[in-house]
Amino acid sequence: MAVRVQSEPFDPGAEVAAVTSGRADVGGVATFLGLVRDSFDGVPLVAMTLEHYPGMTERMLGEIEAEARRRWPAVLDVRIVHRYGRLEPGAPIVHVTVAAAHRREAFEACEFLVDWLKTRAPFWKLEETVEGAHWVEAKATDDDAAARWDTAETA
Amino acid sequence: MKLLYFAWLRTKVGHAEEEVTPPAEVGDVAGLVDWLKTRGPGYADALANDKVIRVAVNQRFAKPGDPVAPGDEVALFPPMTGG
Repeated sequence: MAVRVQSEPFDPGAEVAAVTSGRADVGGVATFLGLVRDSFDGVPLVAMTLEHYPGMTERMLGEIEAEARRRWPAVLDVRIVHRYGRLEPGAPIVHVTVAAAHRREAFEACEFLVDWLKTRAPFWKLEETVEGAHWVEAKATDDDAAARWDTAETA
Repeated sequence: MKLLYFAWLRTKVGHAEEEVTPPAEVGDVAGLVDWLKTRGPGYADALANDKVIRVAVNQRFAKPGDPVAPGDEVALFPPMTGG
C-alpha cells in the first residue's frame, strides 16, 4: 500500500516506475493525473488552495485503495499521491497509479479510485480568481460518478 | 471533546479547532450540531443547512444518530472536493 499526502510536487514517471520495477508480472499500468485548470466558469484562475484533514485523509485513501483491491483482485499494486496547499494553474494535484496483469482491471480500478477519492477523501478546494476567492462546491456529477460503482460489483 | 472545522465551516465559525464540554444530554451527532448552533451567530450561520454538513467522529464518517462522547475527536466540514 502506498498512499501519500504532501505539499511538494511529485514525479509521475517515478510513480509508474515504482509499480513496475523489479517485477515482470505487470501487464498494464493505468494512471490518472489531475491538474489545476486555468479558469473557473470562464474566469481566469490565479491559484487553488487545497485543505485537508490530516490523519483522516491518509486513512480514507488507504480504505479506498483496500476497496479497489477487494473488487479487482488482479490488481498488483496501487499508488496514490495527493497534494495540499497553494497550487497554481498547470500544477499537478493528484496521481493515481494502478498496476495489474491485464489492462481492463488497471483501467477500471484506476477510474474507481479517482471517483471514490473525489467524494470520500477529506479535501476541499479554495479557488482564487481575479474576482476573489471562493470554496469550490461539490458537484452532483461527482456523486453520480462515485455512485455508479455502488452497483458495479466486479470480479 | 475536540472539535475540528474545515473549509468554509472553519471560516464561518472563526477557528479551526476547539475543546468543548457539551451538556450531558448531547449524546449524538445531531444533538451536538443543534447545541453548536446555539453558541453564536457564526455557528448558527455555518450550521444553518444540515444537508451540506458532513461529520466525522474519530476520523470516520458519522450519521446524525451516531453517538458522540467526551474524548471524541469530531470534525465538521462541507462535502469534499478533492481529486
